[in-house]
Amino acid sequence: MTSVPLMRCPDRHPRSATRRLAAATAFLLLGLSVAPPLMADEVPPPAEMAERLKACAACHGDEGRTVGDTYYPSIAGKPARYLYNQLVSFRDGRRQHRVMASMLGVLSDRYLGAIATWYAAQPHAKQPAFEGATAEQLAIGERLTVAGDSSRNIPPCQDCHGEQLTGVQPSIPGLRGLPTRYLDAQISAWKQGQRQASAPDCMGKIARSLTAAEITAISAWLASQPYPDDAPPADRLPHDRLPLDCGGVLP
Amino acid sequence: MNLRRFVVMGGAVLAAFLFSVWLNAPDLDLDPIAPPNLASATTEQVRAGEYLVRVGNCAGCHTAQGGPPFAGGRAIDTPFGAVYSSNLTPHDETGLGRWTDADFYRAMRHGRSKDDRWLSPVFPYTSYTNLTRADSDAIFAWLRALPPVDRAQPEATLRSPYELQLATRVWRALYFKPATDAAIAAMDRGQYLVEGLGHCAACHTPRDDRGGPIAASRYMGGEIAGLSWDALPLAGLGDDPHDPEGQELAALLKTGVHSRAAVAGPMAEVVFNSLQYLRDDDLAAIVSYLRRLPKAEPPAAPRVPRVSDDERAALRKRGATIYGEHCAECHGDDGEGQPRQYPALAGSRLVNAVSATNALRLTLDGGFPPSTDGNPYPYGMPPFSQRLSRADIAAVLTYIRSEWGNEAPAVSVVEVERR
Repeated sequence: MTSVPLMRCPDRHPRSATRRLAAATAFLLLGLSVAPPLMADEVPPPAEMAERLKACAACHGDEGRTVGDTYYPSIAGKPARYLYNQLVSFRDGRRQHRVMASMLGVLSDRYLGAIATWYAAQPHAKQPAFEGATAEQLAIGERLTVAGDSSRNIPPCQDCHGEQLTGVQPSIPGLRGLPTRYLDAQISAWKQGQRQASAPDCMGKIARSLTAAEITAISAWLASQPYPDDAPPADRLPHDRLPLDCGGVLP
Repeated sequence: MNLRRFVVMGGAVLAAFLFSVWLNAPDLDLDPIAPPNLASATTEQVRAGEYLVRVGNCAGCHTAQGGPPFAGGRAIDTPFGAVYSSNLTPHDETGLGRWTDADFYRAMRHGRSKDDRWLSPVFPYTSYTNLTRADSDAIFAWLRALPPVDRAQPEATLRSPYELQLATRVWRALYFKPATDAAIAAMDRGQYLVEGLGHCAACHTPRDDRGGPIAASRYMGGEIAGLSWDALPLAGLGDDPHDPEGQELAALLKTGVHSRAAVAGPMAEVVFNSLQYLRDDDLAAIVSYLRRLPKAEPPAAPRVPRVSDDERAALRKRGATIYGEHCAECHGDDGEGQPRQYPALAGSRLVNAVSATNALRLTLDGGFPPSTDGNPYPYGMPPFSQRLSRADIAAVLTYIRSEWGNEAPAVSVVEVERR
């Protein structure tokens, strides 16, 4: 598990044959403990997950459903690999939240995979639409969300997040049914560099092109959209390809 | 020169001489370090090194959160400022690329760097001094096989005068006694692992105001400076009536849980990164040695606000209600817990500690025991910092710490609010 990043740090320095041999030996030894991280979302969860995960329910609700005026996002029914990537990011510091980091610091990739798979399998919560947006926010938010801004290389949100903005399996999250405060905080964190995805970080690039007012407008418009019960993540992207390179979304 | 001046000058010279003798005491009469001999490491050495690096939990400090393994840069907070861990990868400029196995052993055994600097005692060479050359060479062989990472060690941010080499040397003169070859050879396996690579004393022996271990309170636990967690005492584990054979202790170290308890906080990291990988014979040796550690003087109790008898009674009453609503479902009506899932609170060492620090941290922030082979999917404790008021947390902790035969001091609302 901790050995994974090793593979991303190729030896750029000329080394003696002895040391190369030693390095190869170490890799062979280490290799046994390297679990391919992207497979971990296929871990079947053990029994009693609701009991094991009471720690998570304190903020994210029973079975991962939060409803209404809260900061904490509902995580039930989100794509499994997206959830897994977020858990790893909290543990490794690409997303910053003190309590999340201290909770996850001692959990294996395998357990994080089981957690992601279990929450992904829970039915998501129907959300009431946010009613506090101004007309101006709704206009700006809708324009940027639905049409993007090609002059600034901002693609429409649905190009990645699915035709209905309900996410795309297995790695892209839906944008509906999230608290406006949470959306605003996350896009702003991306703009400031406090939230990162694996490189190339496409959302970071988009967030940095947006102004603070635009981020608030987009968050308000998204949270104002109804989120029905039967809105699962889509199986494929609308144009079968991403408009930007995204490291967190591997084929 | 008159006599008076002669006496003053002579006294000053004598004092300087004696100070210098005292200052150099740890570095006089050291067992010599054998010259480098590790031309090419064997596979056995590298394999042994990998295990020893696990046992020593080197990654615990030398890998930053999300950073390249063993490339250092993690901040270690101390009461004197932060020290950053060094880069152990074989990078020529920023790591150990130009070090020999003899340089490495000198750092472990004598606490001196390749360039002769006296190393900060945040690096626990007070324990590593007990390492054999063979084990040090194996660790070094494994580190040499890592991919070199170009990552310079950040400068420590110690406040004056602690950044001075002289301050480190004074600390060494006060607290550091390098091991002798004879003493190392006389240790049994459990003692060797606990007192050496395991560096258990770094947290489990309390420290004085200068950051030095308090010899009279060896292994009696106490506040871990800079972490806001307490270490539980290791001395006296042999007297545990629930664990006459030491099997519970072995399970705790290997899997993170036993029938009545779970590790938490920094110890959960130690089990996750290190102890779960112990071989059975080493685990048995460690348990046996720990259970032989004699009790010593308890460290000074933390200064906390006084709670009057009336306040305590009111806190207990309110606490009983809160316990029933929020805690009893998992921890049981009588604080008995569920084996390997929910720790027992009745008779718990953590709950009954004089300092409420750990119980308070767990109640506020929650947490999971570590995922281990023996307990891959642990049950977690919810954080209550947002669900319960500070007054309710003080009440429920006061109740838990004084119910079912537990006998620990009450927790005041002020103490909770300070967190």
